[in-house]
Amino acid sequence: MKKIASFQELEAYCQECVAARDPQRTVITICAGTGCQAHGCTNVVAAAQQELEKQGLVDVELKATGCHGFCEQGPLMVIHPQGVLYHKVKVDDVPEVIAKTVKGGEVIDALLYALPSTKEKIALEQDVPFYKLQKRIIFGSNGLIDPTSIDDYLAIGGYRALAKALADMTPGGVVEEVKKAGLRGRGGGGFPTGRKWESTLNVAGETKYVICNADEGDPGAYMDRSLLEGNPHSVIEGMLLGAYAVGATEGYVYVRHEYPLAVANLTIAIDVARQAGLLGERILGSNFSFDIKISRGGGAFVCGESSALIASIEGQVGEPRAKHIHMAESGLWGKPTVLNNVETWANVPVIIAKGADWFRSIGTEGSPGTKIFSLVGKVNNTGLVEVPMGISLRKIIFDIGGGIPGGRAFKAVQTGGPSGGCIPEEHLDLPVDFDELSKVGSMMGSGGMIVMDDRTCMVDVAKYFVNFLKGESCGKCTTCREGIARMYEILDKITRGEGELTDLELLEELAPVIQEGSMCGLGKTAPNPVLSTLRYFRAEYLAHINDKKCPAGVCKELIRFEIDPEACTGCHKCARVCPVEAAHGKKKEAHEIDQEKCIKCGMCYEACKFDAVKII
Amino acid sequence: MMMIEITINGKKVQVEKGTTILEAATANRVRIPTLCHHELLEPYGACRLCLVEVVKNGWRSLATSCNYPITGPIEVETDTEKVRSARRMVLELLLSRCDTSPRLNQLAAEYGLTESRFSLNYDDCILCGQCERVCREVVGANAITFANRGVERVVVPPFGEEAEFCIGCGACVYVCPTNAIRIQEDGDEKIIDRWSRVLKLRACSECGVEFAPDFQLRYLQQKYDLAADFFDLCRDCRAMQK
Ligand SMILES: Cc1cc2nc3c(=O)[nH]c(=O)nc-3n(C[C@H](O)[C@H](O)[C@H](O)COP(=O)(O)O)c2cc1C
Ligand code: SF4
Ligand code: SF4
Ligand code: SF4
Ligand code: SF4
Ligand code: FES
Ligand code: FES
Repeated sequence: MKKIASFQELEAYCQECVAARDPQRTVITICAGTGCQAHGCTNVVAAAQQELEKQGLVDVELKATGCHGFCEQGPLMVIHPQGVLYHKVKVDDVPEVIAKTVKGGEVIDALLYALPSTKEKIALEQDVPFYKLQKRIIFGSNGLIDPTSIDDYLAIGGYRALAKALADMTPGGVVEEVKKAGLRGRGGGGFPTGRKWESTLNVAGETKYVICNADEGDPGAYMDRSLLEGNPHSVIEGMLLGAYAVGATEGYVYVRHEYPLAVANLTIAIDVARQAGLLGERILGSNFSFDIKISRGGGAFVCGESSALIASIEGQVGEPRAKHIHMAESGLWGKPTVLNNVETWANVPVIIAKGADWFRSIGTEGSPGTKIFSLVGKVNNTGLVEVPMGISLRKIIFDIGGGIPGGRAFKAVQTGGPSGGCIPEEHLDLPVDFDELSKVGSMMGSGGMIVMDDRTCMVDVAKYFVNFLKGESCGKCTTCREGIARMYEILDKITRGEGELTDLELLEELAPVIQEGSMCGLGKTAPNPVLSTLRYFRAEYLAHINDKKCPAGVCKELIRFEIDPEACTGCHKCARVCPVEAAHGKKKEAHEIDQEKCIKCGMCYEACKFDAVKII
Repeated sequence: MMMIEITINGKKVQVEKGTTILEAATANRVRIPTLCHHELLEPYGACRLCLVEVVKNGWRSLATSCNYPITGPIEVETDTEKVRSARRMVLELLLSRCDTSPRLNQLAAEYGLTESRFSLNYDDCILCGQCERVCREVVGANAITFANRGVERVVVPPFGEEAEFCIGCGACVYVCPTNAIRIQEDGDEKIIDRWSRVLKLRACSECGVEFAPDFQLRYLQQKYDLAADFFDLCRDCRAMQK
């Protein structure tokens, strides 16, 4: 890569990149994101490369891209320009795909995605409901570009926002545009990004820093990782714009150490951007200089908290500190600092390129733009979805997510990560944005969304999240450390059938003290899972306490498995799967469960084809 | 020096910018209970007992007074029902760790707490961190540190072995609010159980009385660049010589 020394040279080079990409040319993109890698996409990419050579298709371009979001269906392959989508592609399928689809333009039915409801096959990516209802302004490029190629990013308009800002806008102008756009931080709290930048811009100081928070400690959430892996230049460009806006000269990306591919792709992107003169001294011939370093996180959830993150970059123990003095004045090494989330940074180039008004036309008044959610749990299409703010939970879960597997009943959706809340069915039509989610006792958090069906016990769910937070509390303050541990103790007692009504009072007395009395966001939000389940599923708590029953059939101490002799055909399946020989009986006769021996693993329940095993 | 007018419990007072709420309250004879605070140490904000209500720009919230620097006009209330019930819960949580400390019990009684509703999880250390801070910030020995997260958190010598940098000065013993650290002399040894530290005492070259840990004396001699024989005599013998 040769150095680009001016705006004119950048424009000329971008034109070259665009021209090099004939829109009519056949391009095969294969998702090489972490999810698809787990499904074996690396071999599919290699096979496709070989097959193209073997069949003499030198003109066809093959791209290994970042995550497309539809991870459940991976490995994914899209053949452009038509946009034919093949899912669950195996190495053995590759010769046929190259011969029939790439050479002959023929669609292979067997590899198409079928609607779970009607089994109707869908040929084009854009027609799959999962994609159709999304608005992928940040995440969409992931499927189109090779993350290791800066040319690919330049060809889709990359770094034009930077050129525009450096050439035509003052730093204050960039801040103003972001403020006008109403962008709110995607890392959890939803703090207005422009206002944060403004405070830092207004502080005098030679040295200022911008930091990208890519710690992503929320279990099950992986949007930040996928953005860094699939489109690292968009994050770099966002940071460049932020640095220009506040007057920073150095940036850090704090990435959790479990993300090797994100680090690898980001490292390549930073190196190439530096060679191209997009990072370093006097960028594009302007007076603006800025560079980025990568800092690898220790892997504790609490290191995502801003003051702990800064301590960690400085080489100290990653523990939160009181933040009565703002980072805008005294952040990293005591210098003015702006910290934003990966997704927040990736939104910035789009805002500068297309303008605040355009951005505001998407989403809601209070939360403009889109949000990427990590949709998991009891939902058919798990994966990453980018939707305009204000879309209803129902649309996300049922239309995009394809509903609940096995036709079971929806019970709740947990949003906001471990310290978020559970939202019941009555709020399914809630428009999703920062304010609406907190109104119903949950939060946006980083965008985790866990769908639960009727077989989920809400007391058990609360206990699960509280247990996670108990292990992640840094232990510095009394209310968080002791309070969460005590919440866990009480919940555990209830799930064991030893709960009393006074326990609920104690939980409700503890919660506000933990919330208001703790030092950092971890403690301040930790009671959410308990409070939201108490609010919407109190009857389930009462069933555990008063009737010693777990209505969802989850809490082991409160259930037992029995075989209905009427329904049992004597197929012997339960006896075969039972690990402790508790389920027994003669072939073709009704079976029984020896309650003394049974360890309540539920394997017989899962195995019985005649619904003869009952949870009592 | 920039002065700011704030109100504490309805009374207007002038404070210097940057003063903490706790300092301002103490200076005006308003008592706020603390467990992790010491004037000589950096504020730490861990015990959460010094919570007060702060009204700032019309926003009312709980905040720890020990590490809250006053930078603008605020109203502070130190003894509202909300403050009292939050402190009561903090004490109840701490009491369920440690119910033997006279100081804790006395505070609990002040807040009308006779016993904790939580089961006792006995550990006489309430993790206020004063020992770790005094050792690092004042003594400079860095002999002990925090380890582990959450309820597993403990103050320990590095790697949980004998605190090899501990000079046996006893500063940690002095600041500990719960008497969790004990120091004793046994023959020619000084022992701090909690840090598994056993220190040989140096005998006075004149009278032969073992008077201070040898390690401590060498530490001080080095730190202040004193003559090699500076600590050869015990206090009494030195006084005699003068
Ligand atoms: C316990 C805890 C963990 C957090 N983890 C993350 C994280 O993994 N990634 C992130 O971007 N923000 C995380 N945050 C939020 C950050 O502290 C900070 O608010 C955010 O990065 C600011 O960026 P934004 O304004 O762009 O959202 C966490 C906060 C807390 C309290
Ligand atoms: S709230 Fe919890 S995680 Fe945050 S500083 Fe206090 S103990 Fe640590
Ligand atoms: S629940 Fe598990 S242990 Fe009990 S009978 Fe069924 S398979 Fe056996
Ligand atoms: S006695 Fe040891 S551990 Fe305690 S303050 Fe002194 S040097 Fe530190
Ligand atoms: S040992 Fe004492 S001083 Fe040290 S943290 Fe525990 S309670 Fe505080
Ligand atoms: S990893 Fe391939 S679609 Fe997400
Ligand atoms: S004295 Fe303020 S938190 Fe301990």
